[in-house]
Amino acid sequence: MSDSNLDGAAARTGLLAGYDPGGFFDEVFGGDPISRGAQQIIDRLARFDITDLRRRASDAERELYNLGITFLILSDRDAVDRILPFDVIPRVIASREWSYLEAGVRQRVQALNLYLHDVYHDQRILKDGVVPAELVLGHAHYIPAMQGLDVPLGVYVHILGVDLVRDQDGVFRVLEDNCRCPSGVSYVVENRYMMQRTLPDLITGIGVRPVDPYGAHLHQALCEIAPAGVDDPRVVLLSPGTYNAAFSEHVFLAREMGVPLVEGRDLVVIDDRVFMRTTDGLTAVHSIYRRIGDDFLDPEAFRADSMLGVPGLMRAYARGNVALANAVGTGVSDDKAIYAYMPRIIRYYLGEDAILPNVETHICREPEGLAYTLDNLDELVVKPVGEAGGYGITIGPRASRAELNHCRDQLLADPANYISQPMVPLSVCPTLTDTGVEPRHVDLRPFAVTGRDTWVLPGGLSRVALRRGQLIVNSSQGGGSKDTWVLG
Amino acid sequence: MEKLLSRYAMSALWMGRYIERAENSARLIHVNDTFARDDRGTQNWRPMVDLNADGERFDARHAETTAQTVLHFYLLDNDNPTSIRAAVRMARENARTLRPLISTELWSQLNVFHNQLAGLTPADIAMPRLTHLCTRIKEACQAHTGIVEGTVYRDQGWYFYFIGRYLERADQTTRLIDVKSHLLLPRAAEIGSPLDIRQWNAVLRSAAGYHAFRRVHSRGLRPADVVAFLLVDPAFPRSVIGSLRQVNTLLTELKSRYRLRGGNAAMEKIDEMLAALGSWPATELVRSELHEFLDWLQQDIGAVYLDLAGDFFDQVGG
Repeated sequence: MSDSNLDGAAARTGLLAGYDPGGFFDEVFGGDPISRGAQQIIDRLARFDITDLRRRASDAERELYNLGITFLILSDRDAVDRILPFDVIPRVIASREWSYLEAGVRQRVQALNLYLHDVYHDQRILKDGVVPAELVLGHAHYIPAMQGLDVPLGVYVHILGVDLVRDQDGVFRVLEDNCRCPSGVSYVVENRYMMQRTLPDLITGIGVRPVDPYGAHLHQALCEIAPAGVDDPRVVLLSPGTYNAAFSEHVFLAREMGVPLVEGRDLVVIDDRVFMRTTDGLTAVHSIYRRIGDDFLDPEAFRADSMLGVPGLMRAYARGNVALANAVGTGVSDDKAIYAYMPRIIRYYLGEDAILPNVETHICREPEGLAYTLDNLDELVVKPVGEAGGYGITIGPRASRAELNHCRDQLLADPANYISQPMVPLSVCPTLTDTGVEPRHVDLRPFAVTGRDTWVLPGGLSRVALRRGQLIVNSSQGGGSKDTWVLG
Repeated sequence: MEKLLSRYAMSALWMGRYIERAENSARLIHVNDTFARDDRGTQNWRPMVDLNADGERFDARHAETTAQTVLHFYLLDNDNPTSIRAAVRMARENARTLRPLISTELWSQLNVFHNQLAGLTPADIAMPRLTHLCTRIKEACQAHTGIVEGTVYRDQGWYFYFIGRYLERADQTTRLIDVKSHLLLPRAAEIGSPLDIRQWNAVLRSAAGYHAFRRVHSRGLRPADVVAFLLVDPAFPRSVIGSLRQVNTLLTELKSRYRLRGGNAAMEKIDEMLAALGSWPATELVRSELHEFLDWLQQDIGAVYLDLAGDFFDQVGG
């Protein structure tokens, strides 16, 4: 077989000989017709020897560990560094598919920013009854202090991560918008470097789109939102510190942007202006990429017990003396309850349908949604709206009778806290496992950076559930990641 | 001009200090291991505990001072802040803070070093493997030094790193002399005895100074010459005067290059110490005088750090 085999039959030979996606959509074999680039990758993969591939995979994981590209797991005694397991077989996105995804992500960025501006100004969408007012105004992440405050360029969500899954028909569907502090982008870039070192013979000449301009785009956006009149804005990244699980990512981003990585204790607010403590005294700070949640940002304005924040930061922000990315209060747009309304929100502001459809979602605060959910409990996935990381989810088809009853009780006690969705048969991707190359379920989180314009990182983070049949890809549930190759 | 966060300056200084400390401890253990096989046997291990002023904490953990307990205390004990394992762990924690500034190689090497130490078992510190282990630790410290030299961008952080390293080195050398002259030989009458000479020989070796000393003093080994060599020979890389001059040069350059206002009080103290060392008497000091002098140096070195912390870090840290 050669690279020129384009018959579309996706013949499975060599390493891929026994590979069977088992009825799920396959991210490498699933194209119709299969793209030239994907076919090239398949042909090359097929020729790999499994022992060689395993050796390279274990070298790659050891390197990630030695490089400290890790997240921290805190135990009773120690902070243990763990790597996010890395799978060496890439996930492939054809050029045409990517154009569509990119347009869909841009549309969401636009709608989310218009929505947030509206919520924190005139609240037309609430007055028009498109989104229930109590859902927004009673939301834990609604920040009254943001009411009437104008943010630079009208942008609230400078960094957006959209969680996508792909169903059995190959349709990408949105699972979640992450508008607060979406994480994972460092893995995208580091995975690419790792692939280039580990499998140079697989990636050479394929024409994979680069992901490394992320830092430059982020820095650009942060400079664009700095207060007017500052010629050479000083940008910093505000981190909770070395014991935060995502500290490695904070380091990565600070380095890529060439800006100081600061903690709350490094900053001080004087006369509503923000300064950092340096060896030469205080130096002004103009734009902050903060990886600290709203609650902890400023003990004067929010949680008084926060040791991570900067007292007075909200005053400086309200006066327009410092820019924050993402803006404060974006949490009212990224929980699972608001998510259900996203198609309506997009239509309301942009007059168009969502390019990227949601997973069919039943809003249990609405009587018909609750009734449907209760009637079909054993076929639905029921999710609490306020949880992240795959916690608190009941997967109907896999739940016991007792679990279903428990879920039913919870739904009836507090229906507004839940949504339900059909179980999406997540797409799969060939993955190196202990028993050879096998299909494993994946999702995709593309990242968009917005200042004056929006830039979407080609590809995104592909998370993979490493256990056979496992549908939850979160790292907290034993998931890993893959490099994502957007072709040509 | 690029500013440096105070916290980074502090971490850089401490990373330099901790690696220096780890290397010194490994040298000391290595030499002690070689020379402890003499007629005094395990008595030779106690000075190591005293050198670090660890007597109280050591005795709280161990009933006996033996090679085994001392080695465990300085190599494997996670809870002993003066163990090599703790020093490397602290160096790595500071490096973690500094990751936005340091090279990937530097972080990666410290990570591997730390993980190796974390994986040590009692079998690794048993006599047959101890030499190998000490060599590995010294080599890892030297690899670290080489990586710093070859890959770290020479901005303010670089200066603070080396200030920390040379302050620690000056301090360690004063302690080394102090322990030998004050504690190792309890009776003044034994000065110049074969045992005394053998101990000075070991001190020189643990500071990697024996052969250099021989080049300067090719015959005999007079304790006063060894003390002078360790204190004031500017060509000896671990001498107190050489280390303090380095701190002085680094501080002067740091201040002028980055137009920093702080550091004056520290520089005055270093000048005083250098002046005192510069007029070091060639004749032999009474032991108690030497001890007082070393004690004064140690306190001043500590005060230099506090001045730097007050001026540049706005906190004491450590």
